[in-house]
Amino acid sequence: MSAGTGAAFSMRSNVLRHNLLTALLLGPATAWLVVFLVLPFVAIAVFSVGERAPEGGYQAAFTLAQYANLPARATAFWNTMVLAPAGALACLLVAYPVAYYLALRAPERWRLILLALVVIPFWTSLLMRTYAWMYVLGGRGIPALLAYVGLEDVRLINTPGAVLLGIVYGYLPLMILPIYVSLERLDRRLLEASADLGATPISTFLGVTLRLSLPGVMTGFSLVMILLLGEYLIPTLLGGGKVFFIGNALVDLFLQSRNWPFGSAIAITLVAVSVVVLLAANRISTRLSGARRVDLI
Amino acid sequence: MTAVPDIEFRGVTKRYGSVIAVSGIDLAIPPSAFVALLGPSGCGKTTCLRMIGGFEQPSEGVVFIRGRDMAGTPPYRRPVNMVFQQYALFPHLDVADNVAYGLRQARPRLSSREISLKAGEALAMVRLAGYGRRKIHELSGGQQQRVALARALVNKPAVLLLDEPLAALDKKLRTDMQIELQNLQREIGITFVLVTHDQEEALSMSDFVCVMNGGRIVQLGQPSEIYDEPADLFVADFVGKTNLLSGKVVGLSGKLVEVALADGTVIAARKRTSLAQGEAVSVSLRPESLSLGAPGSGRLNGLVRNRIFLGSTAEYAIEVQGIGTLLAKADHLVGGGNLFKPGEPVAVGFTAGTPLAFPENNGTNQRENKNVEIVS
Repeated sequence: MSAGTGAAFSMRSNVLRHNLLTALLLGPATAWLVVFLVLPFVAIAVFSVGERAPEGGYQAAFTLAQYANLPARATAFWNTMVLAPAGALACLLVAYPVAYYLALRAPERWRLILLALVVIPFWTSLLMRTYAWMYVLGGRGIPALLAYVGLEDVRLINTPGAVLLGIVYGYLPLMILPIYVSLERLDRRLLEASADLGATPISTFLGVTLRLSLPGVMTGFSLVMILLLGEYLIPTLLGGGKVFFIGNALVDLFLQSRNWPFGSAIAITLVAVSVVVLLAANRISTRLSGARRVDLI
Repeated sequence: MTAVPDIEFRGVTKRYGSVIAVSGIDLAIPPSAFVALLGPSGCGKTTCLRMIGGFEQPSEGVVFIRGRDMAGTPPYRRPVNMVFQQYALFPHLDVADNVAYGLRQARPRLSSREISLKAGEALAMVRLAGYGRRKIHELSGGQQQRVALARALVNKPAVLLLDEPLAALDKKLRTDMQIELQNLQREIGITFVLVTHDQEEALSMSDFVCVMNGGRIVQLGQPSEIYDEPADLFVADFVGKTNLLSGKVVGLSGKLVEVALADGTVIAARKRTSLAQGEAVSVSLRPESLSLGAPGSGRLNGLVRNRIFLGSTAEYAIEVQGIGTLLAKADHLVGGGNLFKPGEPVAVGFTAGTPLAFPENNGTNQRENKNVEIVS
């Protein structure tokens, strides 16, 4: 009897100790998230139903006027909603063959070196690299070279094309890596089994390789897409204020015109769109690849 | 042999860089046979199977399938199908779609009714009717094995290739699958080529066993031939359990040799190759050809070291002075009248004609490759 209660007690104290340890381990991260993510988010949500104070900033109120006013920034939304998926898609089209080569074709001993080459550009800040593109695409760059061969007045900088190029350039590694991982994990015997069952290399690619790498594709796509939804730098430098993203609108509203409530409404809408994109991508890849679980990042 | 062999190897060699995996193999497999390629890992058996499937190309020589030279023919144009090790089922497809995969590749296209009909039949054949909509990961190992079989057989291949198909199953299931595979082969009547390192599996299932070692075929024959008349020391040792006793040739008389064992006992043994007077030999004695009796009644005297009771039989480890430990197998009689206890002295005898003598430095590697053909 007493031994029984003793055991029960020590078991309970074990559970207690276990819970304490879990709390200790999770504590810092939780505190961090609450202070820097949850509280600001709540603040933004509150701002978004408020009013702009006459001198700028926020003034308490409850109105949906800011949301009703969203169409005023339709261009920014439009640009983002077109160029973010287009940019992610362009990234995907460039990244897939690279990832495929790295995972399935590259000689084993070169693989790590080639992978490192994909990642190395990350060591330089995106700002610097995008500045470099400004000069390459600007008046003294490629257009100047084209002028030599008689093609005058080609404008590259400050066009949607330039923004798209900057996007593909900047985000390519983020697309390559998850696709590489899913292709690298692919069981090669499945490819042999497919060939054995009479599938030509093209059917094997479509029916097995592509299908089973879809989780990687979806991870890469949603990762790049979400980052692009909030992109600010590339449209500013390569779009020159002519190709305006939501990110640019936000900077403008918070720092220039100090219309915090309207900026907050836009930010909340952006978060909502991101969540929808993420859920949709997750759904699609789970359905298509038959995987029970999809790693998002 | 007049019929065109289903599979024929002519002078096939496969090299990987400087490593020779398969070395000058000639082999013809007649239609409707169940053939096992048996050997230790690295003997080249899997490479042979993969060359039939088209996943490897011979460095030299030609592989024929039903008389057609297969050089340059990719796997998807060969009339053979493979059951892969660990099955390689498609995880993103359910059972029915896995089975239908090959049917969907057929050109001209089959109607979807035809596809589902054939896939259903194939599933019924492996006793998985009604499992079509299951996911692969929901199936047990034995069920996955049967899906892999159905997926391969649904395409009506000329030859079914099986790469260690039972290796991942537990022992009980393995025995069941052995019988099931044998029945399937008889029912469908196509050639099965099975690769295995498990001699029991090879002997129990196949009509012919092709024993390989070091990239060559060492012996080809019916299971009983392989067991009773091993071609050399390697086969004797690899297939089944055996006792190998070293000795010296002290007399030659026709097909028999007199061998003096290490303890001086002289026994008569049959020989498989020519042996010279004084040559060092190993004598192979199967455990079941040894008989145990009261001390003084047999040829050798020893002590029972261990007894392993197996139900229908009992195995004994017997220590014989000057020779070593011998493994003997005795039938169990009801009542246990013939059981010997550890520590008990016993006499070991053997059936005349069962000892086989092989050259000690056995020549599996120098052995010339003769053209091997199964005669059924």
